[in-house]
Amino acid sequence: MVMFTLRRFLQLIPVFFGATLLVYFLVFATPGDPIAALSGGKPMAPAVEAALRAQYNLDQPFWVQYGLYLKNLVTLNLGQTFSGQEVSAVIARAYPVTARLAIMALAFEAIFGVFFGVIAGLRKGKLFDSTVLVASLIVIAVPTFVLGFVLQLVVGVQLGWARPTVSGAAPWNELILPALVLGLVSLAYVIRLTRASISENMNADYVRTATAKGLSRRRVVVVHILRNSLIPVVTFLGADLGALMGGAIVTEGIFNVPGVGNLLYQAILKGESATVVAVVSLLVIVFVVANLVVDLLYAWLDPRIRYV
Amino acid sequence: MSENLTPETEPAQPVAPAARQGKTSSRVIEHFVAPLEDTPLAAVDKVDNTAAPLSLWADAWRNLRKQPLFIISALLIVLVVVVAGFPQWFASVDPTSCDLANSAEGARAGHPLGFTLQGCDVYSRMIYGTRASLTVGVLTTIGVLVIGGTMGALAGYYGGWLDAILARLGDIFFALPLILGAIVINQLPAFRDNRSVWTVVVALVLFGWPQIARITRGAVLENRNADFVTASKALGLSRFSALVRHVIPNSLAPIIVVASISLGTFIVAEATLSFLGLGLPGSVMSWGNDISAAQPQVRNNPGVLLWPALALSITVLSFIMLGDALRDALDPKARKR
Repeated sequence: MVMFTLRRFLQLIPVFFGATLLVYFLVFATPGDPIAALSGGKPMAPAVEAALRAQYNLDQPFWVQYGLYLKNLVTLNLGQTFSGQEVSAVIARAYPVTARLAIMALAFEAIFGVFFGVIAGLRKGKLFDSTVLVASLIVIAVPTFVLGFVLQLVVGVQLGWARPTVSGAAPWNELILPALVLGLVSLAYVIRLTRASISENMNADYVRTATAKGLSRRRVVVVHILRNSLIPVVTFLGADLGALMGGAIVTEGIFNVPGVGNLLYQAILKGESATVVAVVSLLVIVFVVANLVVDLLYAWLDPRIRYV
Repeated sequence: MSENLTPETEPAQPVAPAARQGKTSSRVIEHFVAPLEDTPLAAVDKVDNTAAPLSLWADAWRNLRKQPLFIISALLIVLVVVVAGFPQWFASVDPTSCDLANSAEGARAGHPLGFTLQGCDVYSRMIYGTRASLTVGVLTTIGVLVIGGTMGALAGYYGGWLDAILARLGDIFFALPLILGAIVINQLPAFRDNRSVWTVVVALVLFGWPQIARITRGAVLENRNADFVTASKALGLSRFSALVRHVIPNSLAPIIVVASISLGTFIVAEATLSFLGLGLPGSVMSWGNDISAAQPQVRNNPGVLLWPALALSITVLSFIMLGDALRDALDPKARKR
C-alpha cells in the first residue's frame, strides 16, 4: 500500500505541472494578444501597454512567465480582478457556497442512488428495475440546463415550493433545488452502477455460501452483497465530489448561486484572464487531488487492484 | 492457424451445459452420474466443424435484431440522420424568415409549435437545427476516435516508455473536465472571433480524447499477447502490421460502445457551450442556440425552449441506448446470464 501510494503521488507531479502549463498556455500565450483584447483591439498608449505587460509578466520569456505564475499560485498571490479585489479573496468567498452545494448534491445522489440501485439490482428484469433504468437513461439524456430550467419553472415559479433563484448568502434551504438538479445526472449513474454491481455479485460464490449456511436474506444482502458491491460506487462518488467541487457553471448560472462556477463564467465573459487562470488552476488541482484520493480509497477497499 | 484452433475445443463444450440442463430440469437428483444418454455422442459428432464459426459481430447482430432497445434507437438515429440531411422534407416553412408580427404567437395551422420571440417558426427551427448538433457530435466522435484511438493503441501495444509518456499526456488533458476545458479554449480570442462548427469540434476533441485512449489502451493490452497475434507474427507479419490487422480489429468492441455513448455526450456538450454563449455562432441554427435564445422567455413561452430541448434529448437518448444495446450484444458473457 505504501509503494502504491508513493507511485500514485509521483504520477501526480507531471500531471500537476502539465495541466497548469496547459491552462497557462491556453489563456496567456496563444495567438491573439490578451492585452490588445483588453482595449478592444484599439491602439493603446505605449506606456499603459508596457505597464500592463509588466503587471502580467508578459514582457518576460514564456518559461519565466510560467515559473512566476507557479510561484504566485503556490503563495496564493493570485492577482487582482479588474475592480481591484484580490482574486484569492473572491475565491475564498465563493468556495464555501460551492462546497455546500456539492455536499448536498452528493448526499442526494448517494442516498437515493444506492437505494434505488440496490432494489433494481435485486429485482433485475422486473417492472421496478426497467422503470428505474428507463428513467435514469432519460435523466442522462436531458441536458442539465434544460432540467434546471424546467425544475426552476415548475417547482420555483408555478408551485412556489422553493425560491427560483438563490440569494446572496446562499443558505442551505435555498440550495436544495440547485443541488437536486446538480445531483440528478450523477444519480442516474450511481443507480446504474449500483444495479450492475449488485446483480453481478448476486451470483458470486460467497453469496451462495452465505445463503447455504442459513443466513437470512436480509443479512446476506446488507452484509455480504452490499459491502462488496459498493466499492465501485464509493469510488464513483469520490470522483464525482471532485467534479462537483469544481463548481457547476451551468447549474450555478441558472439558479444564480454565487459559487466558483458562476465566478469563473462571469470572469470568462468579462475577459478577466487573471481570475480565469486562478480559478481554473484551482479546479484542476481539486479535480486531480480528488482522483488521487479515490484511487487510494479504491486500493484500500479492494486490495486486488494494488498489484495491477 | 488461428481458425483451426477454435473448432477443436468447440465440440467438447456442448456436452457439459446440455448434461447439466438435463439434471436440473428433473429437479430430483437420484444419482450422481451425469445423464450422458441425454446427449448421445453421435449428436456431438454431428457438429459441423467445417462451417465457419460465428464471428463476434455476426453473433452480436443476431442478438441485436431481437432487442427492442436496439431497434428503437437505430430507427431514431436513422430518422435523425435523414432529418439532418434533408430538413426540407420535414419542414416547409423557411426557418430564417421571421416576422415580428408573429412574435411569441401560439400554434396555428402550418405552424404546429408556435413562434419564437423573433417571430420564427419553432418547428422549422427545430428541424433545421438537427444538422449542426449532429455534425458536431459526429465530427467530434471521429476526431476523438482518430486521436484517442491512435494514442491508446500505440501506448497499449508498444508499452514501455511510450506508454508512460502517452498515459501522462492523457492524464494532463483528463485533469480538465470536458466542459471546463472547452470553455477555456473557446474564450481564447482566436476561437471566440472565428466561432464555427470547427472551433467547437476542436475544443471538444482536445479534451475528449483521453477517455477513448484509455479504453483503447485497455482493449489492446488485453489482446496484444493473444495466441492469434503470436501466430500472425510467427507467420512473418511485422509487429506494426499485427497491430493494425489483428489486434485493433479484435479490440473494437468496447471502443464502439464508448464512442456511441460519447457521441451523445458531445451533442450535450455542444448545446451546453452554445447555451453559455461560447459554442456555435448565433448565425448557425442549432438546438443549443435556440434553447439559449429562448431562455429569457422561459416563464412566458416555455414551449420555445422545450421543443428543441426535447429533440436534443431524444437524439442523445437514442445514441446512449444504442451504446447500451451494443454493450450487451458485444459482451456474450454478460448476455447469457
